[in-house]
Amino acid sequence: MSDVDQAATSSAPVAPGAPLTGVRAPGAAPVGGAPLGRKAYSGGRRWEFLYFAVRNKKLVLGLGVEIIFVLAAIIGPYFAPYPPKQFVAPAFLHPSAKHLFGTSYFGQDVFSLLLYSLRNSYLVGFLGAAFAGVIGLGIGFIAGWRGGWLDEILQTFTYIVVMIPSLVLLIVIGAYLKSHSAFFEGVFIGVTTWPWVARAVRAQTFTLRQRDFVDLARLSGKRGPAIVLKDIAPNMASYILLAFILLFGSSMLIAVNYDFLGLGPTSGISLGDMLNLAELWSGLQLHLWWWFIPPGAAMTIMVAALLVANVGLDEVFNPKLRET
Amino acid sequence: MTRYFARKIGLYILAFWAGVTIDWAIPRLMPGNPIEAYLARFSLNSQGSWTALYKLFSKAFGYNLPLWDQYWHYWDNLFHGNLGISIYAFPEKVTTMVAQAAPYTLALLVPAIVLSYVLGNRIGAIAARRKILDNTVLPLGYLFQAMPYAWLALAAAFYLAQLERWFPVQGGSAVGIASGFTWAYIWGLVSHWFLPFLTVFLVSFGGWSIGMRNLVIYELETDYARYLRALGARSRLVRRYAYRNAVLPQLSGLALALGTVIGGNIVTEVVFQYPGLGHLIYIAATDQDYSLLQGIFIFIIAGVLVANFLIDIVYIVIDPRTRLSMQGAVA
Amino acid sequence: MSLSVRNLRIAYRTLRGDVQAVDDVTFSVADGEIMGLAGESGCGKSTLGNSLIYLEGRMRHLGGTVELDGKVLPISDDRAMNRHRMRDVSIIPQYAMSALNPTKKIGVLARDLLKSRGTKLAKVLPEFRRRVALVGLPDSVLEMYPFELSGGMRQRATMVISTLLNPSLLIADEVTSALDVSNQRAVGELLTEFRDRGYVKSMIVITHDLSILAQIADTIMVMYAGKLAEKADAGTIIDRPLHPYTQALLSSLPEVGVRYEEEELTGIPGRPPSLLDPPAGCRFRDRCPFAFDKCAEEPPFVELLPGHQVACWKAAQDVAGSAEREHEEAAR
Repeated sequence: MSDVDQAATSSAPVAPGAPLTGVRAPGAAPVGGAPLGRKAYSGGRRWEFLYFAVRNKKLVLGLGVEIIFVLAAIIGPYFAPYPPKQFVAPAFLHPSAKHLFGTSYFGQDVFSLLLYSLRNSYLVGFLGAAFAGVIGLGIGFIAGWRGGWLDEILQTFTYIVVMIPSLVLLIVIGAYLKSHSAFFEGVFIGVTTWPWVARAVRAQTFTLRQRDFVDLARLSGKRGPAIVLKDIAPNMASYILLAFILLFGSSMLIAVNYDFLGLGPTSGISLGDMLNLAELWSGLQLHLWWWFIPPGAAMTIMVAALLVANVGLDEVFNPKLRET
Repeated sequence: MTRYFARKIGLYILAFWAGVTIDWAIPRLMPGNPIEAYLARFSLNSQGSWTALYKLFSKAFGYNLPLWDQYWHYWDNLFHGNLGISIYAFPEKVTTMVAQAAPYTLALLVPAIVLSYVLGNRIGAIAARRKILDNTVLPLGYLFQAMPYAWLALAAAFYLAQLERWFPVQGGSAVGIASGFTWAYIWGLVSHWFLPFLTVFLVSFGGWSIGMRNLVIYELETDYARYLRALGARSRLVRRYAYRNAVLPQLSGLALALGTVIGGNIVTEVVFQYPGLGHLIYIAATDQDYSLLQGIFIFIIAGVLVANFLIDIVYIVIDPRTRLSMQGAVA
Repeated sequence: MSLSVRNLRIAYRTLRGDVQAVDDVTFSVADGEIMGLAGESGCGKSTLGNSLIYLEGRMRHLGGTVELDGKVLPISDDRAMNRHRMRDVSIIPQYAMSALNPTKKIGVLARDLLKSRGTKLAKVLPEFRRRVALVGLPDSVLEMYPFELSGGMRQRATMVISTLLNPSLLIADEVTSALDVSNQRAVGELLTEFRDRGYVKSMIVITHDLSILAQIADTIMVMYAGKLAEKADAGTIIDRPLHPYTQALLSSLPEVGVRYEEEELTGIPGRPPSLLDPPAGCRFRDRCPFAFDKCAEEPPFVELLPGHQVACWKAAQDVAGSAEREHEEAAR
């Protein structure tokens, strides 16, 4: 390329159509940061990554807030002042020292409810992201690597999945399927949100497979799957991580939608369930704001922290985005 | 016209077929029997009347026929505009109910999508070059994006409707005012429309503005932008080019995001009990009104496809590459 | 004297600190001269060329002046520079094949660009068409989008657009590197043609390919690690180079027409020093087979023979030695 310092490789555009639409994730262009064609993360780069990671305020802030919430989800139930579903106090109590977020229509302690709800929300978010990630990567790799008619079929399939609004589908399914688990919800979210990952991964695999180092791998007799996993995937590592974070956030948000409509797991509670109950039992009309404001605010902070961490991570991976 | 269009239309047909088939298959694939579930509503005492009714309804809904015949009948009915009869609002036709609810949903969705897209793009593009705006719009955009629709709707309803009483809390039009072309009635429609619209608008707006900002920044770094600057083009020209090119991925993003917005719209309608399709499908689900449920499902899929078709046309108009590939003129 | 650059210093801001990509560079280019600017990648030749027209975000002008046709170019003032761009200085960038906006017709792009420079397309249209034909593009190109053209065609279109306003100085940055040998030759011929027809007065051709310079350049300037190493007539540089670095560059060319690899020079072990913290003294010292004590001191870029400037103590010694010998012979 040019003279002096081209360390800053091309930064890349967004992933259009990601559920969190505008969020920046390196898309069609070669993944930023790691120079393509070399092993993406040699030792030196890893240290460099850490060096910039701990110095990136957005990453540290976002990750820090997220860790606090994750910890609250894991150990919160052991420290919750009251059992979550039992009626421990008179109803409609305003927030006070005794009941941090007041009590619900039924006399449940809202703060304890919140602590217990975090787990399910994270669990579903993680499951959704994991399934969407695996399906999206799988289909993207296969379509991008094989090309031809298989690519056509997979693209058509992706297109059809995009065309069917997942919430509507779940409402129809939910009308028949009376009970289901958090696992079902996570899988359903995963099965309906993978298309944008598949599209981006396909486009990148397509570009990468024309590179010299892939030709080299092919000449050395490596088989397709081995090349995809050992040569192509590492070059997308930063992208995959960023995409997973976005999927995680969007899955949690989608789960709130589902739970709010009463389509969530039939056992256990989540942040969306809290909103659902508050809505069903006239929390709005009774001005029980402490019942429905905290769960939504918690979810907003959880997702916003992920987005902020994502932006920070992106800056770490793409030198061009760092402030000079 | 040529290949491009033929291909697109083929995809639409395929997607519609898949949607209808899924819609048809769900009741037949799910555990349990829809007729049994339906009969459970009648709290019948005698076994005899249960069996009689079961037979009757099986026949009425066509469940006694072989699967292929059922499938065929389904399509046949669909082409005759017959989506069945609602149980919840018996004996109202599903098509009538959908037709009544659809205008409300369209009145919410179309302005919310178009305005959030247009304004989001504008503001995002400006944020890409104004530090002050960037430092305010960006965090706000992320915040709105991170908000669950249901919660933003509840918060807006609570603060602006319950506490401040600027807007009515729920419903689609003012109670006790006869419908007609009167100011009072129209004002009722508008005031009931505003909060649900605002909710859907804000969440989408955040996404579009952030997306546009990032795309414009990316475009300003591309070779063609560098070349223009090196040759002394006015910064307005460079920005105009960058904006125009950044709109393209945003537009394909719009097609992909439709499903998400529709989902958010349903939740919002439920919160405000706004009498659109979202609220109707929610009622249909809770009341186990299967024909209504399936009818709305098909209608929504058709709507998504129409929206995609419109987006495709806009894309063809603004991107010369697709236009030329349609004429087979690309080298 | 068309272009005159004095003590120019340009730095790149990077995360690890400033990189002195162009360090105290002084040279001039005469009217009608095609000057080749050669060196390994990373030596600062592109930075030098680009700095004469457009300082990108991370480039900083640390000092020195640039004069073109007797007027000072305000290179560090982006706005003031606009007046000179395209009219006085223009560039065919390294990325010429992707320099045209993919969603604008080439004629429309030219129109918009000219409008920015205060000229109407209609005024130059006949000339535009003539030049389009000259570079071997069909007339319909004005109505075409860049993606309808091949890479080479796009590059030619860029050449024509860049020179539409007959600039005094044209910087051609690595215009031949992405082309095959026959196309390289053709583009080289076009560049001289542009000069001969007066479309541009003088030209700096930046390349790492000495063979193309042998074909088209009047003079060649060699850069090493941000500094000037040698400048002379093209023939002199090719046949009788004085700087050991130039000699190494040439010897790594097995024959004219074959390019040396960008990364490493065969025959000269080692790599150029880091410009973040360049060593004192001659920068080529560590790789130079002739280095001696004196090289710890920085060699000045001086005219050792008429029209032949070199920055090397060894070369200075040799020239002085042979001059002395000649002198002695003459005296005898």
